[in-house]
Amino acid sequence: MTAVDDKPTSTTSQIGVSRKRKEDRHLVTGRTTWVDNMILPGMVHLAILRSPMAHAKIASIDVSGARTAPGVLGAWSGRDFADVQGDLPCAWPVTPDMVNPGAPSLAVDQVNFAGDAVAVVAARTKGEAVDALEEIDVDYEPLPAVLDLEAALADGADLVHESAGTNKSYSWELDSAAAGSGGSVEDAARDAEVTVKRRFIQQRLSPGFMEPRSVVVQPADEAVTIWSSTQIPHILRTMLGLTLGIDEHKVRVVAPDVGGGFGGKITITPEEVIATLVARELGRPAKYTESRSESMSAAHHGRGQIQDLTITATRDGKVTGLDVHLIADMGAYLRLLTPGVPVLGAFMFPGIYKFPSYRFRCDGVFTTKVPTDAYRGAGRPEATFGIERIMDELAAELDMDPLELRRKNWITHEEFPFTTVAGLTYDSGNYEAATEKALELAGWEELKAEQARRRESNDPVQLGLGISTFTEMCGLAPSRVLGSLDYAAGGWESASVRVLPTGKVEVVTGISPHGQGHVTGFSQIVADRLGVPFEDVEIIHGDTQSSPKGLDTYGSRSLTVGGVAVVQAVDKVIEKARKIAAHMMEANEDDLEYADGKFSVAGAPSSSVPFGDIAFAVFSAHDLPEGMEPTLNSEATYDPGNFSFPHGTHLCAVEVDTETGHVAIRTYACVDDIGTPINPMLIDGQVHGGLAQGIAQALYEEAVYDDDGNLVTGSFVDYTLPTAADLPTFHTDRTVTPSTDNPLGVKGVGEAGTIASTPAVVNAVVDALRPLGINDITMPCTPERVWRAIQDHANGSEGAAR
Amino acid sequence: MTRISVQVDGVEYTDDVEPRTLLVHYLREQLGKTGTVVGCDTSNCGACTVHLDGSSVKSCTVLAVQADGQAVDTVEGLAKDGELHPMQQAFTDCHSLQCGYCTPGMIMASIDLLKDNPDPTEEEIRTGLEGNLCRCTGYQNIVRAVQQVAGSERS
Repeated sequence: MTAVDDKPTSTTSQIGVSRKRKEDRHLVTGRTTWVDNMILPGMVHLAILRSPMAHAKIASIDVSGARTAPGVLGAWSGRDFADVQGDLPCAWPVTPDMVNPGAPSLAVDQVNFAGDAVAVVAARTKGEAVDALEEIDVDYEPLPAVLDLEAALADGADLVHESAGTNKSYSWELDSAAAGSGGSVEDAARDAEVTVKRRFIQQRLSPGFMEPRSVVVQPADEAVTIWSSTQIPHILRTMLGLTLGIDEHKVRVVAPDVGGGFGGKITITPEEVIATLVARELGRPAKYTESRSESMSAAHHGRGQIQDLTITATRDGKVTGLDVHLIADMGAYLRLLTPGVPVLGAFMFPGIYKFPSYRFRCDGVFTTKVPTDAYRGAGRPEATFGIERIMDELAAELDMDPLELRRKNWITHEEFPFTTVAGLTYDSGNYEAATEKALELAGWEELKAEQARRRESNDPVQLGLGISTFTEMCGLAPSRVLGSLDYAAGGWESASVRVLPTGKVEVVTGISPHGQGHVTGFSQIVADRLGVPFEDVEIIHGDTQSSPKGLDTYGSRSLTVGGVAVVQAVDKVIEKARKIAAHMMEANEDDLEYADGKFSVAGAPSSSVPFGDIAFAVFSAHDLPEGMEPTLNSEATYDPGNFSFPHGTHLCAVEVDTETGHVAIRTYACVDDIGTPINPMLIDGQVHGGLAQGIAQALYEEAVYDDDGNLVTGSFVDYTLPTAADLPTFHTDRTVTPSTDNPLGVKGVGEAGTIASTPAVVNAVVDALRPLGINDITMPCTPERVWRAIQDHANGSEGAAR
Repeated sequence: MTRISVQVDGVEYTDDVEPRTLLVHYLREQLGKTGTVVGCDTSNCGACTVHLDGSSVKSCTVLAVQADGQAVDTVEGLAKDGELHPMQQAFTDCHSLQCGYCTPGMIMASIDLLKDNPDPTEEEIRTGLEGNLCRCTGYQNIVRAVQQVAGSERS
């Protein structure tokens, strides 16, 4: 539990203090600005007709019945907008020959997943719009559903997009021998004393943000204002302009209160395009808010991979090679980042270990399912799962303690900076310290003793112990590196500081939060650096009119990139203020010290000028240094030189009831090293939420399609989001190894819990069952899957439960 | 259309509603009380939880006509004279919200939970909040907030 110190004295550093959130008051009182709360004069409400079939030709579509329904102002099919809607953008063409069949917002001639949008109705009320959908006639000619990833790649497979001639979008490869970052996996395989091969399945997941996606579009002549529940207002502005041919400077995007994202709101959505088309067509504001079932079927999914891993090692436990082949499910279309997600994971498979050789190959495959795209961690949780699971399997093969195997192979504290076999240079880390602290936090030795007792007594409830040591690449920037990965945009972030006449400070950031507490964290950074009260700082974000330059929030880049931009902008203000203070004090600026919000002459602290006086002097501009422009504003853009690499050790003990298959988490303890902590309360919150999502992948969540391609987990009735009763109290702690690549020393925390927890839990479940000869359970490890695995083994079947 | 009279957060309203209108839509669309939000179509998430004559209900499973003659309390009526309700204060103190979308419903459910059981165990709190989903907090800090209020009510 974190102590909350809400009133640090003015001389106390604001960094590392658990300040309560500035954001909370309007949220706990219900005075919020969710997009769906908006009502504009003349606004129409939209309802979207969605395909009930996974794959079909649209033989005919007739919306005329809807046009005459009560309250309706217009109805359009994809054919009506075919010439103007463009294709939704994909910003990550991972290979030059990547197949991209295009992604229309409204299907024109063919639907490619159940939930694909085919028509839209605008009416006075949402109810009338929904009612009118009944009056649209669509004649579908069914095509075969394409669901199985391997079958989709086989010769003669049914094709999702006939015109593409293939279901394979791309093949992407990283080979350490070819890249010069390591040896060849073929050589390692030839010389291997021990080889372990495993197939792991990353099931599809629904991001499950609590606020359904919503968009309001207000047209005005050539211009358009879009309020959207999005993580990426700046990217949306640029991309929507390009998609619809609207000049970018005529597009304003506002992300007001956004009710969670988890990557699920990093994309340009069909609904944003459709609402814009309708609003411009009618010349009046238009609102679309999805239902939860629409969200489950039509907002993108995360994960969706088959992972075939081969690890080689010496008999005494030194790893010699890692060979990874992924088949990644793109779904029906390439959305903003779809093909790039597994490629990002390529760099994380070697994890924290010193692999002499490494190869990663990935095939991106089209299926008749909703597209995949970013979901909390995006590529890195999948990779971490693969390596942390197979390290446990290797340990079992070697009859070695999983922790001992990790210690034999991880990068030691003295070896940083360390360039990995995947070509990344980790700046700093201390895996030993985090692990030691986690073992103590969990009471690991006591748990091991209890496990031994239960095994010996054949207790029907067995204890399983799981370890996950991890690192990740955060702070998604260096623009140069993103360019080398063929990502279309840069990774810099911008900030500006505006000093008001009364000495209050407005800080404009290009990041766009959706629950993380950036307003509080950034206020702390500014208050600390500028020496002004925390309350005197306002953080402005999420509106391209007031914060025109930015790349938004994802991949733990807000603090590591955006926070550093804020620091740089603040420093520019201090430097200009120093000149003014020197002028006011008739002193040499080199003799001035700045501390606690005032300038004073070194050695003579009694004569000083507070920041507020300087702000007013700039406003009045009566007596500034000759030729000085009367503003105290600044701007900075930061493009880091490297990613940041948070790491940690997560330990999980589960109780597995071998009679029912039920899995309950007994203890969950983790120590994360995210560099310098800014606000420990916010950090714990991010870790808790991340753990919940990662544990849910291990035990509860899965987006399931039936054999015809219908989503059978289309609501919160069928898709198991964990409740308070499903999760334990987490034991969290930190070690601090500052990043050496940025001046704040921060590394990022948003994904850590999600990345590390899934393998920790599954390793624990498998550990409980290993004495029964079971070496894998496919996620989620539901009671039925666990029970079947136990039964199958008892009946003599081999291998993992599927 | 059916005429109903409902007291919402202490204010009397008389309105004509379609018989199919759900209480949450009446609150949001006819009264403009958008503090109460919709998160799902199936009454699973609890984001729309309000109190109907003092007991928590999911306002997406109650018809507006069923509230006729009754008192509805929402998150918007909890703070008095600028002072947060103890549960609102506890959610702030304990960092029990991140995006805040589930928060109104979670606060209303938590208040009702303590009304029925003023001194709950952690397990009773977790079970008591099973009908309200949160995607951000992992629930731990929500449980702490309820414990904080329970403690202060005991003292």
